[in-house]
Amino acid sequence: MADPIHQFEIQKIFSLGHIGGQEIAFTNSSAYMFGAVALVSALMIGGTAGRHLIPTRIQSMAELSYEFVADTLRSSVGDEGMKFFPFVFSLFMFILTANLIGIVPYTFTVTSHLIVTLALALMVFLTVLLYGIYKNGFKFFKLFVPHGIPIYIMPLIMVIEVISFLSRPVSHSVRLFANMLAGHITLKVFAGFVTSLSALGALGIFGAVLPLLMTTALTGLELLVAFLQAYVFTILTCIYLNDALHPGH
Amino acid sequence: MAQGQGKSSGSGQTTADGGAKGGFPPFQKETFASQLVSFFIAFALLYFIVSKIALPRVGKLLGDRQGLIESDLAQAQKFKDESDAALAAYEKELADARARAQAIGAETREKLAAQSEGERKSLEDNLAAKLAEAEKTIAQTRQTAMGNVGAIASEAAAAIVQRLTGAQPDARAVENAVNASIKG
Repeated sequence: MADPIHQFEIQKIFSLGHIGGQEIAFTNSSAYMFGAVALVSALMIGGTAGRHLIPTRIQSMAELSYEFVADTLRSSVGDEGMKFFPFVFSLFMFILTANLIGIVPYTFTVTSHLIVTLALALMVFLTVLLYGIYKNGFKFFKLFVPHGIPIYIMPLIMVIEVISFLSRPVSHSVRLFANMLAGHITLKVFAGFVTSLSALGALGIFGAVLPLLMTTALTGLELLVAFLQAYVFTILTCIYLNDALHPGH
Repeated sequence: MAQGQGKSSGSGQTTADGGAKGGFPPFQKETFASQLVSFFIAFALLYFIVSKIALPRVGKLLGDRQGLIESDLAQAQKFKDESDAALAAYEKELADARARAQAIGAETREKLAAQSEGERKSLEDNLAAKLAEAEKTIAQTRQTAMGNVGAIASEAAAAIVQRLTGAQPDARAVENAVNASIKG
């Protein structure tokens, strides 16, 4: 049976050099990252090349993604949040594209690696933290002091708030990573059943129909998850950015 | 289970191999640096492309379309206002014309009435004058006739007296007597 973990392996394509004894290589992951960037650029720039008044399908996709992210950001942060629009849009499109590419058989899923999702989440975390302090100064820490809490349980609430704030990058990154990882493993396991069962002869081929149906259904589910996780990551980013802009409520 | 493998390979990461072999791939620490470098370059590139080219471009497209729709709507509204104004002007013109027509009609009617009244009056005056004249003539004629009646009566009286008395009566006395009897 095919190894369901094999699809997550990082393969070096060529070496770029060493930093502190650690080899920096251009890997299959790098290739898929740049592929995702190229795909997003192609959609957003190539798709709008015609500048049609009545959009073509591709242009409509580009416009829809623009408006989708803009509406998401505006509804949770407000108009002053629009300065983060390029950042949030890049996050959403990068994750969505990487997730969708990953569903294609034989491809690599960039977001199934914790280090990538952690880098994404830490980027959001640091943006929120630094911009929040830059914008609000000391008032930013009102984030940990909710309104209307009796004074005697305030220390407890503050501790909980600080812990929940610090654990944000963890939950933010692990959610995306675990979803992509688990989905792809499940998919691979069921697909592996199909091949190993059909190798058993006529009865096996008959028996392989069930996991094949399952694989088909799971692929559909994974498409949903790919979009949903990109959206969840984006909306959480928006909520966190809202904290940076409006702490204290 | 796979996690445990990953940890074991992580602890023995001195093999600066590409890291393709051994352990659970997402936890192979020796691949982290490569992935992070690639990720930050790729994401910075995407951010640059998105913020400098893609979003302004799509935003302009959407803005232009919105502007065009709004200007078209404004133009349509302008045309509608114009046609409304034209309709109102037409209706006002029509009402004015109707009022004028009524005024002219009333005026004409009044003039004609006045004219016919005048004609009637002059006709009546004329007739009255003629009537008065006729009455005068009648009165005159009667006067004359009355005068003649006196003379005839005197003659008749004189003849009667002559026949009765056989003598010619005094003409003057007869006349006085006749007049007295007529008046009496």
